[in-house]
Amino acid sequence: MHSYRTTSIQKVFTYMGLSGLAVLILAGFTASFLKSTGLFIGLGLISIGVIGYTFSSYSGLPAGIKNNGVWHQSLTSRGIVAWVVGVILTAFYVTLYFYPEHLEGLIRLFDPLSEGLSGKKASQWFVYGVLYTLAIVLFGIKFIIKYKHSKYQKYRTYSVIFFQTIFAFLIPEIMARLNGDLPYYDLKSIWPLNYYLFDGYQLDGFLQNGSLGTILLIFGILSTLIITPILTYKFGKRWYCSWVCGCGGLAETAGDPFRQLSDKSLRAWKLERWMIHLILAWVFISTVGVVYSYLLQAPDSYLLGPKIFLISVSLLFSLVVGLILWKRKDWLAKDAQSSAIAISSVILLLLGFFFFSESDRVLFIPSYQIRSAYGFFIGSIFSGVIGTGFYPILGNRVWCRFGCPMAAILGIQQKLFSKFQISTNGGQCISCGNCSAYCEMGIDVRAYAQREEPIKRASCVGCGICSAVCPRGVLRLES
Amino acid sequence: MNEKIVIIGNGIAGSTLALQLAKEGTGSVTLISDESSYFFSRTALMYVYMGHLTKEQLEPLSRESWDQSPIQRVKARVLSINPENKELSFRNNEGEVKQLSYDRLVIATGSKPAFYDWNGQEAEGILGLYHLSDLEKLEKWAPNASACPEAVVIGGGLIGIELCEMLLSRQIKTTLIIRENFFWSSHLPESDAQLVEKHIQSHHLNLIKEDELLEIRADDTGRVASIQTKKGETISCNLVGLTTGVRPNIEFLKTSRLELDKGILVDEYLKTSDPSIYAIGDCAQLRNPLSNRSAIEPVWYTSKLMGETLAQTFSGQPTPYNPGIWYNSAKFFDLEYQTYGRVHPKALQPENEQHFHWETDEKGMTFAYDKTSGAFLGVNTFGIRLNHRIVSSWIETAITIQEVIRRLEEAHFDPEFSNRYYKQINHAFVQNH
Repeated sequence: MHSYRTTSIQKVFTYMGLSGLAVLILAGFTASFLKSTGLFIGLGLISIGVIGYTFSSYSGLPAGIKNNGVWHQSLTSRGIVAWVVGVILTAFYVTLYFYPEHLEGLIRLFDPLSEGLSGKKASQWFVYGVLYTLAIVLFGIKFIIKYKHSKYQKYRTYSVIFFQTIFAFLIPEIMARLNGDLPYYDLKSIWPLNYYLFDGYQLDGFLQNGSLGTILLIFGILSTLIITPILTYKFGKRWYCSWVCGCGGLAETAGDPFRQLSDKSLRAWKLERWMIHLILAWVFISTVGVVYSYLLQAPDSYLLGPKIFLISVSLLFSLVVGLILWKRKDWLAKDAQSSAIAISSVILLLLGFFFFSESDRVLFIPSYQIRSAYGFFIGSIFSGVIGTGFYPILGNRVWCRFGCPMAAILGIQQKLFSKFQISTNGGQCISCGNCSAYCEMGIDVRAYAQREEPIKRASCVGCGICSAVCPRGVLRLES
Repeated sequence: MNEKIVIIGNGIAGSTLALQLAKEGTGSVTLISDESSYFFSRTALMYVYMGHLTKEQLEPLSRESWDQSPIQRVKARVLSINPENKELSFRNNEGEVKQLSYDRLVIATGSKPAFYDWNGQEAEGILGLYHLSDLEKLEKWAPNASACPEAVVIGGGLIGIELCEMLLSRQIKTTLIIRENFFWSSHLPESDAQLVEKHIQSHHLNLIKEDELLEIRADDTGRVASIQTKKGETISCNLVGLTTGVRPNIEFLKTSRLELDKGILVDEYLKTSDPSIYAIGDCAQLRNPLSNRSAIEPVWYTSKLMGETLAQTFSGQPTPYNPGIWYNSAKFFDLEYQTYGRVHPKALQPENEQHFHWETDEKGMTFAYDKTSGAFLGVNTFGIRLNHRIVSSWIETAITIQEVIRRLEEAHFDPEFSNRYYKQINHAFVQNH
């Protein structure tokens, strides 16, 4: 009904990209088809499709906001195309996580690439890594061209492309080639996002690999306890969520066309605060439980005995929560204080269970089961199937907003002691609503801007799009 | 006792007042509008047609919070007021005419597009850009470039340029006709206008200057087919946008004996000639405008401020309207514009007001200052964001232009990593002075 139909050149490139996907699928099903050249033809067609589509969409246009027709196009306004894409993406994730045997043909297609990098045969995770990295690179280029007038947008996109290709993709492959026993470790994937960092087999991997392994383990612990709070103090959680993180990287690039779909209701905000903090509590308990049971197996082999470990974790945890409630009482709403106390009490109670029962069971459930339930429901279903599969329906940051325990910790830090905020420019707001509409985290930015208040929200990932789409220059990210 | 406060008009002025009163628990508030059940941002209408926003996203406050608030909302058209009986009559959605009494009445009916009785202006395909209903008309008459290949917009103000941007977003060939010899010459110095003109032309807008609409011609079906200009040019078109300004929407008061001029005359407490009736927003005209300000200022910010001011008065703190340093902003396609203080166009420029203009590659600033004292009077900035509070305080304290140029970076409000032009500006200023 509208004139925002894609042009014929855009269509050609769309079909080219889709045919690339088709080549991969066909080659995957019929291993004889094109063999491994199918891989390069498929990936090549996808790349040409995305890049060609980008140039046919934006080249020759003046620099500026490119949101014409967002709510008129089926893909970006929860139309039929959006549902089709959502279902296909979801099906892919379900297959990848739970039925990888159906991807066998596709995985074998990637063998030459994997052997070239790590010397090993490809796994389903290698295939996923390649496609994931390719998506961030290609849609990152699209994003950079779309926002060519904004250096902030360009720089942070260079950054996520860099961290994805080098840290998440290449370095672990190369490390595997150099030292096959080291755990596969993406250095920028920090606990608790990397919830399996302290699993028994990982700890074995670190501890049995001499000083390099020990250094990596210490780096992992310091990342969470020291490096992260310092960087969040200086820059806000955006340093991670929209400059470094891989989930954020995909959300900001491939997910960019869907940012306006985030739920702005008060209900969603309430749900978000409960969910994300309960998930943080869950990953905390299950990690402590897993480490505790690891130590219990050989109580005398490590410097840290299981009981000492539990006592120090409990003390550190109580200290942090106590400090927050004491020093920042006025910064937290009443319901935030009471839910913080409730969740913390439950955590301490469970730690007490570990301690006095001298087992790693929580109410008779072994902690490894709590940990594997976490991996299943949160690590796989939430972050992958819902978080990414539902981009075209729920928006691009559903995982980051409702599920990510890392975002929860960084959000607490951002709210309590960061220099980061979004300043508003006096009375210039005209309440148009572009800032709120394009906030991927569902923050009602306008509500603050029209009251001339700065925005200091735990969930803000500092993508800076509110500031970019504001037609009156009202918003400025500052730290 | 609970005073009965009735507000006519739920735009930014009326809604700001109603919400503030509800928050303070002052009176029982009735808010009447015939345009929409929920307050929306009129200045953002363009983004709905362009597909950036949905209609509901224009609403600054969720429908839920309106429904929960003690403010009683009535969707009705007010027909007349009767100050003697403290009563007004309205026609509701069902078409019934009813009466409503008040203790205090606030008129916040805003503006309406000013049409000037052109020949043929009753043809189909002619609209202003002001009401929600104008969006529906646009969707009907100009859904895309095949249904509406060409359009003409008359009048080069902010609304006119917005309408052009909207039409071009759907690839409709658009011509803008302005009377003046450069764009928005009632507000912009020539150098600034040229900067804007260059930008809008890069967006393929066909700009015709120094010409006016003579008449509109319709085809056999009654739909617009072309227009003719005073200079004799004929332009074929399927849509005509008339954006030759707005005027206070006060026709329904003609029989009320309220003192009217162009707008409803009010004192500094926003009170009309009737002690129980107040007027705020676009429809209010100050009897004694403040120095350097107009009697009627039909902009978002002043309407909001009038609503806030009157709320204080109603809550027991009589407060005169004091808008402080003038400011405004707009966006011409992708070019952002902010203004603080006064930078007069040539025709209105006081003799003592001197300008310093700097520009580079689609960005520019014009500073106004006093020729003798050097006091800073105001700035227009294009493509560079400046901090409202800081620039206003510079104007208030009348620091010199030299100091402003030297300290300009303090007012930096562009996003991080943006190019900074302050050294360049300083350099250009020093060379010129």
